[in-house]
Amino acid sequence: MCGIVGLYIKNKDQRSRLGQLFRPMLSEMTDRGPDSAGIAVYREDSSTDGKLTLYHDNPDFHWHVIADEMESALKTPVTEERIASHAILRAATDPSKMREWIDKTHPEIRVMSAGRVLEIYKEVGLADAVMERFGVPQMAGSHAVGHTRMATESAVTTEGAHPFNTGNDLCLVHNGSLSNHNRLREWLRDKRGIPFKTENDTEVAAGYLTWRLNEGASIKEALEAGIKDLDGFYTFAVGTADGFSVLRDPIACKPAVIAETDDWVAMSSEFRALADLPGVDKATIWEPKPGTVYTWGTA
Amino acid sequence: MGDRVTMEILDLGKDDLRTINRRLQKRDGEDNVSDFEVINPKGSHALACGLMHPINVTIKGHTGYYCAGMNKEANITVEGNAGPGVAENMMSGKVHIKGNASQYAGATSHGGLLVIDGDASSRCGISLKGCDIVVKGSIGHLAAFMAQAGHLVVCGDTGADLGDSIYEAEIFVKGKVESLGTDCEEKEMNDERRAVLADLLNKAGADDDPADFRCYGSGRNLYHFKIDNAGSY
Amino acid sequence: MDTRKIRESATFPPRVIAEIQRAAAEGIYSIRGSGAKRPVPHFDDLVFLGASMSRYPLEGYRERCDTSVTIGTRYAKKPVELKIPITIAGMSFGALGANAKDALGRGASMAGTSTTTGDGGMTEEERQSSKTLVYQYLPSRYGMQPDQLRRADAIEVVVGQGAKPGGGGMLLGQKITKRVAQMRTLPEGIDQRSACRHPDWTGPDDLEIKIRELREITDWQVPIYIKCGAARTHYDVTLAVKAGADAVVVDGMQGGTAATQDVFIEDVGIPTLPAVRQAVEALKELDMHRKVQLIVSGGIRTGADVAKALALGADAVSIGMAALMALNCNAPLYEEDYEKLGTRSGACHHCHTGKCPVGVATQDPELEKRLDPEAAGRRLRNYLNALTLECQTIARACGKSHVHNLEPEDMAALTIEAAAMAKVPLAGTDWIPGQMRL
Repeated sequence: MCGIVGLYIKNKDQRSRLGQLFRPMLSEMTDRGPDSAGIAVYREDSSTDGKLTLYHDNPDFHWHVIADEMESALKTPVTEERIASHAILRAATDPSKMREWIDKTHPEIRVMSAGRVLEIYKEVGLADAVMERFGVPQMAGSHAVGHTRMATESAVTTEGAHPFNTGNDLCLVHNGSLSNHNRLREWLRDKRGIPFKTENDTEVAAGYLTWRLNEGASIKEALEAGIKDLDGFYTFAVGTADGFSVLRDPIACKPAVIAETDDWVAMSSEFRALADLPGVDKATIWEPKPGTVYTWGTA
Repeated sequence: MGDRVTMEILDLGKDDLRTINRRLQKRDGEDNVSDFEVINPKGSHALACGLMHPINVTIKGHTGYYCAGMNKEANITVEGNAGPGVAENMMSGKVHIKGNASQYAGATSHGGLLVIDGDASSRCGISLKGCDIVVKGSIGHLAAFMAQAGHLVVCGDTGADLGDSIYEAEIFVKGKVESLGTDCEEKEMNDERRAVLADLLNKAGADDDPADFRCYGSGRNLYHFKIDNAGSY
Repeated sequence: MDTRKIRESATFPPRVIAEIQRAAAEGIYSIRGSGAKRPVPHFDDLVFLGASMSRYPLEGYRERCDTSVTIGTRYAKKPVELKIPITIAGMSFGALGANAKDALGRGASMAGTSTTTGDGGMTEEERQSSKTLVYQYLPSRYGMQPDQLRRADAIEVVVGQGAKPGGGGMLLGQKITKRVAQMRTLPEGIDQRSACRHPDWTGPDDLEIKIRELREITDWQVPIYIKCGAARTHYDVTLAVKAGADAVVVDGMQGGTAATQDVFIEDVGIPTLPAVRQAVEALKELDMHRKVQLIVSGGIRTGADVAKALALGADAVSIGMAALMALNCNAPLYEEDYEKLGTRSGACHHCHTGKCPVGVATQDPELEKRLDPEAAGRRLRNYLNALTLECQTIARACGKSHVHNLEPEDMAALTIEAAAMAKVPLAGTDWIPGQMRL
């Protein structure tokens, strides 16, 4: 069980403030999720480099060695940037290739995200500490999705934290509890080749969406298909390269509230996470209807 | 002799929730202050819950979950939106939400009046046990689920499964009903019902005409386990 | 006829055939009271290793063996102090008659322990006769009154119970009398349908907020327990702690009910034995053992059961059916009335009918006359005393001056299942199935 938040900044002039506005949102959700926190940030890079966010629990991990190896293997320059326990690797190539290479040659490294604009930071601990560690409050970008976790059935580990990224630039956070994920995981893994790293139900939902997207569905279509195929209680917030989407299951017991102004649109599990956003007093505030996909962005 | 205090302001930006709730619950003894204003609520939970005296409380802003929970006798106004479970299990008194209310508004409440000027979300009046709820806007799905007693008045539209498994509570709707829940059926709008409705609309400060409303209540088919109703359980 | 050749099927014994034919006649599930009747691994399969050469016993009666326990030390200003580590579990007025509730209160108060309300709220009789009263906060919220909440000594948020984890309350029309109906705001005589989820929260993240509200309403004075039926106990206890509970109550599948579907009772939930161990493990992982107290229930019958639950790490146990049996449930009295129900004393589970032959689980005033609250209260007090003495006897034999000092190492298991479930070695070996010794 958890707290989730999402912020999409429509007004391009305000995008330098993404992290600054996002920080108090996730911080307010600490009570709902004291175990771990995770943030997915969509940074507008002018380059179209493939970008991976990687994690290793050794704080002195030799990222530059990995970057050199990848450079040789993929025959293209690879830059690396360490941020606490995470590192960002960039290369002018398909991020899927980069991810495949890491999974094959360095399974000890956890790929937090792959894509062109997405970066994911997640770790065990309270939201404020996690955001501070990775410099989230200083980040600029178009949108961010975050999650504070109270683990229900799988372990409290960095890998078990949300957001989950199973396809390029796709991230998913989830408040709730699925009930048919075990059999679905087996099918997606064994029959559709989607790799899973944890026992987490949310990872299954992310894998399901990736499968649908791979088959050509739009994010809206993928989520709508999910209404039938995913059983349980959920509020999902999904990030893609161009924007973000929100979906509640048809029973809609897990909370969700959305606020929108001309400058931004934000969602959260509880209103108090939105209470400090600029202009919230004049914002349109509503609760998403059950079984209905809401989408914002340029897509 | 000091000046008589007419309005006491409590600031959630300065004092914590405990201090403010204890003051509103008059835990340190009764006094003659009967009007309170709470500022900077910023979506806090359990604000003004468990009140026990006929005082007036105005909350300037939006509240989180369970605002005015288990209210007894107090007259509470929220100048903003209320989160899930507003006025849950209220026993008496009045709660007035000027904005919108989230899920479970008035859940399991036994008495008093809950007025929502805006919309209410899903499960409005769930397990209602005698309270009266008037929503001037529209409401979401599964409203009045297993509602046992009391009234739900909706001036706007309702979502799906209205009054599912309802017992003896009654629902009045002016707008569209998306669908009726199990064992909920339309009832005849007779003089008695019209009078009850008129009184509630009046108390809520709504000027809608009772003649425009329809009534819904229990079909009473689920009151005893019968094999033919097995699909409804 | 050669009767030696008659062979019943183990899969379709006469009892099962009768049930299939009942279902064919009625078209609905069978509803009954009591707990799981089928044999499951239980405390019977554990024994204590009494003192001898390496451990020394305490003298009975002369050398102190303390039994007191405090519940709710985590947050509450006024934790619950109990003289004995045995409480009376939640049972509703409605399921039980007023005399029964009164008797439970009297007996518990004399023994220095608590009783618990059930679905339908608090009766004045119980508040008067029970010195320490825990108030159940259930999905149905029948009779939930904040004034009563404020008069309680503790609050027990019920997520589920052992007889039916995932199910809600049930009370059939024959027991919805005028008084019960009035307390629950229901029409008289109908079959009560109950919610299985709380109306205004779903999930431990919301529960945390609900608990905060309950504390605000009761001025943070009293402990808040969370009760779960034993299913995914490890996760449930972990989440109960994270949601802010002062104490966790875990009820195994043998736990009773006054009425629910037979398949729920027999086929949903895990036995008390593995549930206790899982609950204690979860608390230890969070470093909350003895900080968030654990009360276990579901088939506690003797002082040996009490001792075994405590040895596994529980802080206290709770009794439901056994308490009713002390009042007279299934006593060999009024046999012709048991027969009218189609049963006999010693096998009766007909609480749901409201025709309890001994006047315990009934609203019928004529039947209630058969239960004198004063005499029944004394019987309960006697039984609680006996349980306590038995538990102390065992604890002393293991060299303990407080019953809480009993440990898993004081026990051995008689079956492989019990060894695996309780993580106690099989007697005569140091083997615990599933555990590698390094």
